[in-house]
Amino acid sequence: MPMIKVHKETCKGCELCIHACPQEILVMSKVLNKKGYFYAMVEDPGRCIGCAMCALTCPDVAIEVGVQGTRYVLYEY
Amino acid sequence: MIETIFSRPESLREVSTHYCPGCTHGITHRLIAEVLDELGLRERTVGVAPVGCAVLAYNYFNCDFAEAAHGRAPAMATGIKRCRPNLIVFTYQGDGDLASIGTAEIFHAANRGEKFTVIFVNNAIYGMTGGQMAPTTMPNQKATTCPFGRDVETAGYPVRVCEVLSKITTPSYIARVTAAVPKEIPRAKDALRKAFQYQAENRCFSLVEFVSTCPTNWGMNPLKACEWAVSDMMPYYPLGEFKTPDDPLPAGLNLIEGDE
Amino acid sequence: MARVLMKGNEAIGEAAIRAGCRFFFGYPITPQSEVPEYLAKRFPEVDGHFIQAESEVAASNMIYGAACSGTRVLTTSSSPGISLMSEAISYCAGTEVPVVFVNIVRAGPGLGGILPSQGDYWQATRGMGHGDFRILVLAPNCVQEAADLIMLAFDLADKYTNPVMILGDGIIGQMMEPVEFGEMVDPETLPEKPWALTGAKGREPNILTSLFLDPNVLEALNQRLLAKYRQMEAVEKRWETYNISDNMDLAVYAWGTMSRIGKTAIDELKERGIEIGLFRPITLYPYPYEAAGEVASKAKKLISIELSTGQMIDDVRLAAPGREVNFFGRQGGIVPTPEDVRDEFLKLIES
Ligand SMILES: Cc1ncc(C[n+]2csc(CCOP(=O)(O)OP(=O)(O)O)c2C)c(N)n1
Ligand code: SF4
Repeated sequence: MPMIKVHKETCKGCELCIHACPQEILVMSKVLNKKGYFYAMVEDPGRCIGCAMCALTCPDVAIEVGVQGTRYVLYEY
Repeated sequence: MIETIFSRPESLREVSTHYCPGCTHGITHRLIAEVLDELGLRERTVGVAPVGCAVLAYNYFNCDFAEAAHGRAPAMATGIKRCRPNLIVFTYQGDGDLASIGTAEIFHAANRGEKFTVIFVNNAIYGMTGGQMAPTTMPNQKATTCPFGRDVETAGYPVRVCEVLSKITTPSYIARVTAAVPKEIPRAKDALRKAFQYQAENRCFSLVEFVSTCPTNWGMNPLKACEWAVSDMMPYYPLGEFKTPDDPLPAGLNLIEGDE
Repeated sequence: MARVLMKGNEAIGEAAIRAGCRFFFGYPITPQSEVPEYLAKRFPEVDGHFIQAESEVAASNMIYGAACSGTRVLTTSSSPGISLMSEAISYCAGTEVPVVFVNIVRAGPGLGGILPSQGDYWQATRGMGHGDFRILVLAPNCVQEAADLIMLAFDLADKYTNPVMILGDGIIGQMMEPVEFGEMVDPETLPEKPWALTGAKGREPNILTSLFLDPNVLEALNQRLLAKYRQMEAVEKRWETYNISDNMDLAVYAWGTMSRIGKTAIDELKERGIEIGLFRPITLYPYPYEAAGEVASKAKKLISIELSTGQMIDDVRLAAPGREVNFFGRQGGIVPTPEDVRDEFLKLIES
């Protein structure tokens, strides 16, 4: 099962990952992080396919992706 | 066991950048760092930072770095690379830096076939100084020094760096990519990989232009900025490879034989 | 090595090689083009590299980069070219990297002319670029000294990690004189520069920058630079005196080429029983104020002779506060004869 981890204090709340995710499983937090940004969160981890598109588009390297077993590769990176 | 398939590359320091939220500078930095990691070049790489939003790039990369004067990064890189040809040298420059004040330096570095790599961030505006017109600003695009939009009658048309540099006879690798579209990011990385690979093989000058965004000075949210880069910039700045070192030399070159 | 007859500009090139310099980045300009021409020919014999840049702006930023890589490097130019290099010189001073610049001064302002001048004295000693910095300025008056000072310049640049400028003029550059060079320095044996950009293998990355956005950090740099300049002022002053005695009718202040003309005039007047001494600063910055002042105290009258409208005279005044300092100079590339200078001395002594 794939697993993504958003480092909430690194996130600047740009929302690019939200739109990059083909599964639309990321949402913005309702509370601010220490920098003063709403940060990205995984709402529905069970539907993550491990394509890493969110991490690819993150300008701040705030997202780590891990997989166990199968993952979908949308683009060879 | 969980296998990490995506994390911070070693060539990027564990620090937060000063770039605005959603600015593609950050993606571009990461791609360079990933390529340096993959090719195992970090320990012999020297970066040259520009004057522009990326002026503090040296705080983000985990390799030796110099900070150049505005537009002069290619000259500085020439000095470093010629003195230490075993180093991998790259410059990282904005459009004001590279295509305005530093036009002579980039043109002649390419023409001499300097064996270093240029990462050119084209965001159609002067970011750092607060949104003035750049040589790459689109026709009718508003900027603080062209509040009614770029007037091509007085400012000319935007400069297309890849198109110009690829016309130079000296072999080089010239490509335009973008990090503003998720599916283009892997392709951008491919181009960077090639650029650094060509340098590592001591083959040619290489330049990768990134069609980039400046949400802050464009006055758009990051997603809208990415969409604008696609709708308004890319038709004029098409992506692709413009020149590779394998291209044949133009016909009619009468090479003068040297004395044996 | 035996003495050889050489043009000043060629001797500058050869001396740079002897000092362990293997890289030259430059742009042609009269009257210094013989330096790049000499090096372009000579470098291949010593595995050196000559690169003709697209402009002085580029050339100077190339040597800035070269210096950052820890390599001994120089460029040479003449007045209009040096103006274009002022950007990089300021950056080199701010980043604290060692570089050697040679200015074979020609007459100005603007495009001016190609004949000899000393009109860049102020630029070199006071305003070689934006910001609060100083560069060491060395002024030879013959081909031998030009060669010696080039070798010294590289050592001083390394010692202070600061730009050093050789200020000459077209006469020094063009004239042929016998010269004997110092021992060849092997670049491989020069001391390591741990701050240089060589790739961060097994160490933390080195960063060379002149950007310090925190005013406290920048002020600390300014203070560190100041301490460095004070150190230069304490130990690097160099000068020559000629025919100094306790009761001189006149003390002459001159640098570079003008000092030679002054000496000829002094010799001639000595035969007539007129006692004139000459003070020649070899370091224009740091200026040897104390030594210059001591000479002034032994003379009834003072004069500064220059190929300009009067620039070094400011420093003579600083060296001899309260004293009247007279001036004689020609401009536009006109070099006065010893007779012109002699007559000027006589006029002043008799007035
Ligand atoms: C000689 C000089 N002129 C002007 C400036 C001011 N300046 C700093 S950054 C900049 C524009 C940078 O724009 P660009 O290269 O497009 O980079 P961006 O900030 O958009 O990434 C200017 C004009 C300077 N630092 N030095
Ligand atoms: S000003 Fe523009 S280019 Fe600069 S960091 Fe912000 S968004 Fe990026």
